[in-house]
Amino acid sequence: MSSERAASTRYLIRGATLPDGTGTDLVLADGRITELGSGLSSAGASVIDAAGLIALPGLVDLHTHLREPGFEQSETILTGSRAAAIGGFTSVFAMANTSPVQDTAGVVEQVLALGERAGYVTVQPIGAVTVGLAGERLAELGAMAASRARVRVFSDDGFCVSDPLLMRRALEYVKAFDGVVAQHAQEPRLTEKAQMNEGALSGELGLTGWPAVAEESIIARDVLLAEHVGSRLHVCHVSTAGSVDVIRWAKARGINVTAEATPHHLLLTEDLVVGYDARFKVNPPLRRREDVEALRAGLADGTIDIVATDHAPHPVESKDCEWDAAANGMVGLESALSVVHAAVVAGGQLDWSDIARVLSATPARIGRVNGQGQGLVVGAPAELTLYDPSASRVFDREDLAGKGVNSPYLTMTLPGRVHATFHRGYATVLDGMLRPIAEIAAHGENDRG
Amino acid sequence: MRHLLSTKDMSRDDAITLLDIAEDMADVADREVKKLPTLRGKTVVNLFFEDSTRTRISFEAAAKRLSADVINFSAKGSSVSKGESLKDTAQTLAAMGADAVVIRHPASGAPHVLAESGWIDAGIINAGDGMHEHPTQALLDAFTIRRRLHQGGARGKGLDGVTVTIVGDILHSRVARSNVWLLTTLGAHVTFVAPPTLLPMDLTGWPAEVGFDLDAAIDSGPDVVMMLRIQLERMNAAFFPNSREYSRRWGLDDERFARLAPTSIVMHPGPMNRGLEISSAAADSAGSTVREQVANGVSVRMAALYLLLSGDREDS
Repeated sequence: MSSERAASTRYLIRGATLPDGTGTDLVLADGRITELGSGLSSAGASVIDAAGLIALPGLVDLHTHLREPGFEQSETILTGSRAAAIGGFTSVFAMANTSPVQDTAGVVEQVLALGERAGYVTVQPIGAVTVGLAGERLAELGAMAASRARVRVFSDDGFCVSDPLLMRRALEYVKAFDGVVAQHAQEPRLTEKAQMNEGALSGELGLTGWPAVAEESIIARDVLLAEHVGSRLHVCHVSTAGSVDVIRWAKARGINVTAEATPHHLLLTEDLVVGYDARFKVNPPLRRREDVEALRAGLADGTIDIVATDHAPHPVESKDCEWDAAANGMVGLESALSVVHAAVVAGGQLDWSDIARVLSATPARIGRVNGQGQGLVVGAPAELTLYDPSASRVFDREDLAGKGVNSPYLTMTLPGRVHATFHRGYATVLDGMLRPIAEIAAHGENDRG
Repeated sequence: MRHLLSTKDMSRDDAITLLDIAEDMADVADREVKKLPTLRGKTVVNLFFEDSTRTRISFEAAAKRLSADVINFSAKGSSVSKGESLKDTAQTLAAMGADAVVIRHPASGAPHVLAESGWIDAGIINAGDGMHEHPTQALLDAFTIRRRLHQGGARGKGLDGVTVTIVGDILHSRVARSNVWLLTTLGAHVTFVAPPTLLPMDLTGWPAEVGFDLDAAIDSGPDVVMMLRIQLERMNAAFFPNSREYSRRWGLDDERFARLAPTSIVMHPGPMNRGLEISSAAADSAGSTVREQVANGVSVRMAALYLLLSGDREDS
């Protein structure tokens, strides 16, 4: 019965503001946006008052760690999907560093199926570039591309494909199915035992430095390789001013490269490491103020194409310890939109149309995911989020919906709040609250028929 | 004093107070009965995650001279080596009623984490954390310099105008870090001399001059030359080619030692690599304070424990 009701739910969203600033009503029916305009009929519809809310196309995260299979103590596909929905996301790309690694068709299809069963967002698996992320030989990229999961993004994220010949081959090979290699740019020898950004502060704190050049040199090599073989390259979590310069140069040269920045690298700086609170330990590390400014400028001028969260949940014990022993990573799905709002919208560098581009349209296009990133137009899939930009909150554990509580924003005041999220025409979040697991699962089941 | 974690945030007044108390403690060592009842009933835990017999027995002697009960907890042969976390170890010590924990840990910042975690209420003394700080070493070095310069009239004085050259592996040295902050706070001028590979790549904000040339540093006539221990495994990681080249360029050999003024003080935190960073003639000279540093270490650590464990705590 619930699935029947799910299929028939029609929503009238009244008085929303589109990313370009115009006001409109929206009608969602049969999984699509069916009407736009003012004074639309509420007949047979659940009405949502969206006065003061911005309607954004459903957010797409090209870089999420969902941890399942293998690390379910940190996150599951269900809990990570809920974290995504409360953050306004309708699709996440699940990184390959699971156990077993997502390096075969079987594993990526399992991740896809678990995502469908959860039903909160489209879970699009990423495939490993190399078997077991070991950096030695190519995984079955073609089999993953041809599987039901339709993998188009390949990444050894967590590790760099540092072998230049292997990277060249991977870039060439994925051309056969319009794939892209998403590189975690980190020269391994230059970052042995690295703990934080290398600079004056790392010297003072006695923490082994992670030099900017270890990222920049790999990006420089990779853009030249991509140019040489005519392939598509994506750079994960760009963190330094020098990297922005290299990518800007590559784009000016016509090289087919895209790049992402994380919300945390757009807002936070290395100063937070003073005090050795491991919530601020992340890879690549938090950098200097100049790097944050360069990333913001790069995002504003299009050098950085997208924002991606690098959501990386960890169990409490992995952070409740001395700095060296702590795991790298931060949870980011729940806070992403508010953090981007604080980092680049509040200061006027990006407007909400830009946010729709960098957090929905472009990541969907880079990842070639179906049914996402098509914007708020009649006929597009009903993937959207309603965001209250005037809200303000002290971010706390209650705002986290996944298993991980390793958020760097706890106790910080962040702007905005996701009011509602719609995925395939059904609400995953209403009135700022996640809809129940069973209700969402029923929707998903109904969709699959 | 609630904790002693670093010298960076230590004020000049607090440092001089501690050094003056250490003078009083040193007087105890000259008595026939080298023991004070001050910390009777208090429990001090030496929590050592790295081997360091010298530092541990120095703290042990200091605590015992103040009549505290001492528990030595070494990572080797304990539950720590079986993977117990710092948190569980700390909570175990808290449950046993430790009043102070002296911690040596290979991870920079571990004492900070212990002090701020809420796992344990005891006062924390940093006995060396990774490449970060070793505050009691710097305090004993400052105490040693002050005594040499002022003998019986050291009380109340800083190190104003004293020139100190620290030579060797600055990059990995917690001794160098603690010294640069403390000695500068006390009015001294610090110069680092090291191979470029063994200096932090960015020294912005450090109150130190930097040079690569030990001969030039010697000829500038420093009041104090502090040699740091060089670890031979560094040459395997390409920090320098081999021990002979290191010794030729950055060792305090007989020839360089002879060029120092007779009043110059030669220091080394120990243990020394004789013939590598320091020659035997330099180490055993009248200007050398190597053995005084060991004796003064006990006095300074007594002062630190006294300030931590006696009287009112700032938070009470």
